[in-house]
Amino acid sequence: MNYPMHLAILVLLWGYIYTSWSLMGRLGLVSFGHGAFMGIGAYTVVMLWNYFGLTPWLGAFAALFFAAVVAVIIGWPCFRFKIVGHYFALVTLALSEVTRLIIVAARDYTGGSLGATPNGALVDGASASIIGLQFASKVPWLLIVTALWLFGLWVWRQVDRSMARLALQAISEEEEAAASIGIHVTRAKLRITIISALMTCAGGILYAQYQLYVNPDTVSGLAISLQMVFGVIAGGMFVMLGPTVGAAFTLLLAEGLRLAFGNRYPALDTTIYGVMLVLFIIYMPKGILGAALDGWQALRRRRAVPA
Amino acid sequence: MSEIFDIFLLEAVLNGLLLGGLLALLSLGLNLVFGVIDVVWICYAELIMCGMYAVYYLHVQYHWPLVLAMLAAIGIVALLGWMLHQFVIRPVLNAEPINQLLVTGGVLFFLQAAATLVFGIEFKNLGVTLPSVRLGEMSFSAARLVAFASALGGVVALWLFLSKTYVGTAIRAISQDRAIMPLMGVDPARIFALTSALGGALAGLAACLLVLQYDIHPAIGLSFGPITFLICVLGGLGNMVGGFIAAFIFAQFIAVGGFFFAVEWGYVIAFIFFIAVMFWRPRGILGK
Repeated sequence: MNYPMHLAILVLLWGYIYTSWSLMGRLGLVSFGHGAFMGIGAYTVVMLWNYFGLTPWLGAFAALFFAAVVAVIIGWPCFRFKIVGHYFALVTLALSEVTRLIIVAARDYTGGSLGATPNGALVDGASASIIGLQFASKVPWLLIVTALWLFGLWVWRQVDRSMARLALQAISEEEEAAASIGIHVTRAKLRITIISALMTCAGGILYAQYQLYVNPDTVSGLAISLQMVFGVIAGGMFVMLGPTVGAAFTLLLAEGLRLAFGNRYPALDTTIYGVMLVLFIIYMPKGILGAALDGWQALRRRRAVPA
Repeated sequence: MSEIFDIFLLEAVLNGLLLGGLLALLSLGLNLVFGVIDVVWICYAELIMCGMYAVYYLHVQYHWPLVLAMLAAIGIVALLGWMLHQFVIRPVLNAEPINQLLVTGGVLFFLQAAATLVFGIEFKNLGVTLPSVRLGEMSFSAARLVAFASALGGVVALWLFLSKTYVGTAIRAISQDRAIMPLMGVDPARIFALTSALGGALAGLAACLLVLQYDIHPAIGLSFGPITFLICVLGGLGNMVGGFIAAFIFAQFIAVGGFFFAVEWGYVIAFIFFIAVMFWRPRGILGK
């Protein structure tokens, strides 16, 4: 029972993180820097807990605050000076690499590339520590992560239904024209960036607490940022459940191939995944779920016509 | 005490200069492709990785002479560049620019994973060590000197090709106006394919120089890929002179920063400098 539950937790957690990324990505703000926010969340909380004994509940506030500050420091000038398209992608790429390198360089505190483990909170055979946010069983995690995922979908929906989305859509089509009809471009972009960064940061915090291990390469840096971007593209950027489908698809592909071939072919899953990504972007830019929904609608329409 | 300090600092500065040559060469092919086709090859560093593996296998496994192996590697990566354009970039040439960036990101995943699958994750070493050159109390790696000289040679050769030959002129013309050139009898599809092969060949040349200094492993692209993009952006994407200057600026940050702190801090300072410059000149130091 543990294994399926583990998979479910990972799918929901990554689904939530991908959803957070897609809030920006679907509106033309393709960020390669979300690894930074995840890394800030994971490391701030673990470091505060390990060195100062600060509970992750309070550590989370520090991490979220920190992530918001970084989002503003990077976002505001980017939007103010109209850094868009691949320039935006590459500036944020620098951000995610800076975060990873700082974690590696501060190896005296963070453990560098070897990663770090939060101090165990489960003393004397206790099965749960609310203060340390550590649980021996996977059930509480499944509940926490499900709640978070539902929250992520709720935010997605709120954004989708808001005026802000229309404004941002207008901006992504033609920035000057949007500004000329009275949209405050910088403010609109900055707001969605902060929301997206905070949500990604929260995902990083829970990922660290669930895995009880942080490593600069698995929670920050270019690789993890690209993983988010491509997870969303695979699933479908423009539908609510698209990012979650992307997370489920990538995880099940990896696990399925592992079950089928064992560890004989390392990286077979990413090889297949890479080819599929290229094909998706060329032939199916709406992703798996987007294409499936389109197909289903076309089918319904065809059925409806003769009747 | 202060004299010793200064000579080491000078060594760091000069080593930075040599590193700058290598970085300049790395950015050259990427800049050429962007300048002409308007596409960022996110997988550029992975093409270099393929070239490094090609040199390694031809030289170590099949006992080809090193120079021959390197020439073959340049040819192989040129072919990869051409294939990348024909099979991946062409179908999305008229799609949104960000899709072109992302599609090469998919290629990055593929090449990195395929290398793991085929070559394994072990670090591979060419087993060729060039001696280090001593100059007074300072020492420099000969591999870096060779890389520096080749980088300069590559730049000059590319410049001559672009300015003196007919095809080079056509490439420059296409990069200035994509719409008009077909009317002048230049076939953009051919020029794009040629430019991609040329960009690949430059990646292959970079691979030949990197393989002399670094071990090869499937994730090596991630270690110098980001810095290559940032150099191109800092110099102004597509602006080769700008990229050249930016490479030397970056290299100094890394070398001197690494001298005073640790190498990672050198990179951190260089990247933060990059972000700061982007806010000041969003299109790069020499961008339009």
